[in-house]
Order: sequence, then structure tokens, then C-alpha cells
Amino acid sequence: MTGQEYAFVVLALVGTVGAVRLVTAKNVVHAALYLVVTLAMVGSIYLVLGAEFVGWVQILIYVGAIVILFLFGLMLTKAPIGRESLDNQQRGLALLVALAVLAGLVFLIQDAFHWGDRKMNLVHNTTGEVGRSIFQHYVLPFEAVSFILLAALIGAVVLARREERE
Amino acid sequence: MIAQAGASFVNDLFNNFWVVLVIKAVLVLGFFLVAPLVVGYMEHKVLAHMQARLGPWYAGRFHGWAQLVADGVKFVQKEDVIPEAADRSVFSLAPAVVMIPYIVTVVVIPFSHTIYAENLDIGIFFVLAMSSVSVIGVLMAGWSSANKFSLIGALRAAAQLIAYELPLVLAAAAVVMQNGTLSLIGISESQSHVWNVAWQPIGFLIFLVASLAELTRPPFDMPVADSEIIFGAYTEYTGLKFAFFLLAEYGGIVVLSAVASVLYLGGYLGPPVVASLLPAPIWMAGKIGALSFFVIWLRATYPRLREDQLQRFSWLALVPLALLNVMVVAIVKIAVK
Repeated sequence: MTGQEYAFVVLALVGTVGAVRLVTAKNVVHAALYLVVTLAMVGSIYLVLGAEFVGWVQILIYVGAIVILFLFGLMLTKAPIGRESLDNQQRGLALLVALAVLAGLVFLIQDAFHWGDRKMNLVHNTTGEVGRSIFQHYVLPFEAVSFILLAALIGAVVLARREERE
Repeated sequence: MIAQAGASFVNDLFNNFWVVLVIKAVLVLGFFLVAPLVVGYMEHKVLAHMQARLGPWYAGRFHGWAQLVADGVKFVQKEDVIPEAADRSVFSLAPAVVMIPYIVTVVVIPFSHTIYAENLDIGIFFVLAMSSVSVIGVLMAGWSSANKFSLIGALRAAAQLIAYELPLVLAAAAVVMQNGTLSLIGISESQSHVWNVAWQPIGFLIFLVASLAELTRPPFDMPVADSEIIFGAYTEYTGLKFAFFLLAEYGGIVVLSAVASVLYLGGYLGPPVVASLLPAPIWMAGKIGALSFFVIWLRATYPRLREDQLQRFSWLALVPLALLNVMVVAIVKIAVK
């Protein structure tokens, strides 16, 4: 095994343990903190694969913004302070959804890569490459995505406002 | 023309990968342990003189230079108290989660085109990503303390970070657009004729204000407002753990001052005409010192903002201004081209 593969095994193991603890933790804030571990490990795996930009975007957006919003929302509403726990009894349904998503992902990835008979070359200076490919070849999809996000943002504001007036 | 960054001086001296790694780690950690103490001592002295006092005087004999070393020894000796109702593991982990992101960002700070630990292709992006992580530690500290004041302080800190992260990133994005690189060394080198602050004075102001808020320094210190919520998320901490939070705060001042000098004040390059009078690391250290002095000066000058004023200022003033700044820079860049 190369050093890269050793690093991958360690990161993947820590990430998996974090993911399992995320769904088994009794305390909802602990679950959110395990989510930090898992997301950070996913970001590190991107780094090991040489996708520097994607890796740090993962850290900035998911760890630095989304999990903070999760924690903020939890603590503002009903995070139990201290050692009380909060548990939602829907294990069976959750397992079903998780297995369905797993099956879908395995099928899709298998379909796209045909189990490893394709090797990719690492691109150096990936940030520049990502920028060039987004803004030269994929400008239209990029703008479409930002338009959808803008619509979602305005929708969220409208919904929040309506509730306030009643 | 942008000069290429040389290899890091550590790589020039040693060949073995592990030796280089260990030496760089030791140097980065050493810088992180010493520089915040210098800024902390400066805060003691500057605040004292601004209020017509002497400040620390006896420790170490010469103008109390060893005061913070003595404080450190005091913190180590103190009892490590964990509240009965606290969530022990989260409570103990929080100081490390606050401190580590700032240690890691020291890695990309350049002191000359050969004195740095790592020249990341996406340097400034890395710094911004890391600096937002430490708030998770503040939320952990506030929640796990099982204390209402702590929780309110942590929530204020998180709300403040969410509000001021946006103008900070947008101001940095305008600099990146102008200089055409994300690398901190690349940005420094491309200012060899004119510093960015001359082109983007508004961006510089936005960046300074947003970094003050991100560090929760006065006048943006709502999360630790002593007259309302004791010491916010850090209320229940004692001894070494409390010292780690203080170290993270002063380390944050050093890191963000360094990043602001790289983005706007030419980094390790001196002013164009007199640059060769002093070596590059001295210029860089001087700029970090000057910006840290400015941060301390504000503490002695301005009263604290109210929580709603603080949020309104970011969303209604800084964010639109930062967006306008990005737009103007983009238009000028294309027009000049």
C-alpha cells in the first residue's frame, strides 16, 4: 500500500466511526458534533485525492457554515442542556431510507466508473482548473444553479415573513 | 510580472521529508506560542498608557516584560474545575477546537518569499475556511457548560460569525480578483509597485471591521459582554483551559493582522522606495504589530455595540458595501484589460 492509501484507510475509518456514532448518539448535540468529524474526514479524503479546492470548500461550507447553523438552530430551540437526552424513535424507517440511498449511490457510481477499470490522472493546480472549467465550459449550468438557490432563498424569506404576520 | 515563490528555507536546509515536517511543525507551534504573548503584553502596556497608568512593571524587572509568562505559570497552577452538570468530554474538548484552527492557519503566513511553512495554491481560501471552524468550539464550550450565560454567549458568537463571515470573504474575494491568485505569497508579490490598500481602501476597511467582529474584539465583543453575561461561553472555564481560550483570542489577532497585511499592505514587502532598508521578515512583523496595535487602540476607544445594532450593521451596511466593492473591482479589471 502507498502512503496515500494508508491515509485513506485511517480517514475513512474515523469518518465511518463518526457516522455510526452520529446516528446512535442519544444526545442531539453530540450527534451534530459527530457530523463535524464525518464531514471533516470527507473533506480530508478529497485532499488525499488531490482535490485541494473541493476539500477546503467542504470544510468552509459544511463544517464552517452548515453545522454551525445546525448547532445554532438546536441550541436556540430544544438542545437539552447538560446530560438529558432527546431521541426520536424512528430507527426502522431511517434504516430503510439509508439502505435505499446506499443502493442508489452504489448503482450510480458503479454505472459511472465500472469498478475501477478507469484510472484518472491527478491534475495539479486544481483551483485554476476548476475555475476555468466552471467559467469557460459550464457557465450556463452554474448560473442555473445560482438562480435556483436565489429562488430558494427568496422563498425562505417569504415563508418566514408570512408566519410572522399571523 | 509576478515573481515566483522560492522553496521554503526549511526545504533548502534539509532533504528528509519527515525532518522537514517536524521542523516546520515546531516552528509554527513556536510562533503561535510566542507571538500572542507579545500582543498580549502589548495590550497590557498600550491600554495602561492610554489610561494614564503604567501597567505591568515588576515581573522580569524591565518594564514588566515577563508579566504574561508569570500569568501562564499562574494558570498552570490553578485547579481545573468542571461544573457538576457539565458535559465533561465536550467541555474539555472545546478549548482545543477553538485553538487548533488558528495554529493551522499560521502554516500559510509568509514572512518572505522563502520564509514560510507551506505555500498553498489556495492560501487565502484555506485561512478563511479554517477561521470559521473555531466557532464550533465556542458553541461546544457554551452549550456543555450547562450555564445560561454561557449558552447566550455562544449563540451570540455564532450569530456574529454568520453575519460577518460574508463581508470578510467578499472583501478578500475582491483582492483575489484584482491580483489573480489565491496564494498568500502570490498576492504579496503582485503588490511590489502599489499596495492593494491604495486601490481598495473600502475593501480594507470592510476586512478590518469584519475581522474585529470575527475575533469578538471590542467594539464587537457582545459574546463576552462582562456587564451582561459575565464572560459568555468561557464563564465556567478555569486554569489552563481558560488560558487556551485567551491564547486563541490573541493568536487570532496575530493571524488576522498577518492576513490583512498580506491582502492589503503588501505583506512582507516594504513600501516601494524604502523596501530595501529592512529585511522582509521585519517588514511583515512590523505590519502585524501595527495592525495589532490598531485592534488594541479600538478597545480603549469605542464602547460596545448592542446586539441588534451589530447584526443590522453587518447585513444592511457591510454586506451591500462589500458586494458593491466586488462589482466595482470586477468592472475596473475588465475595463482596464
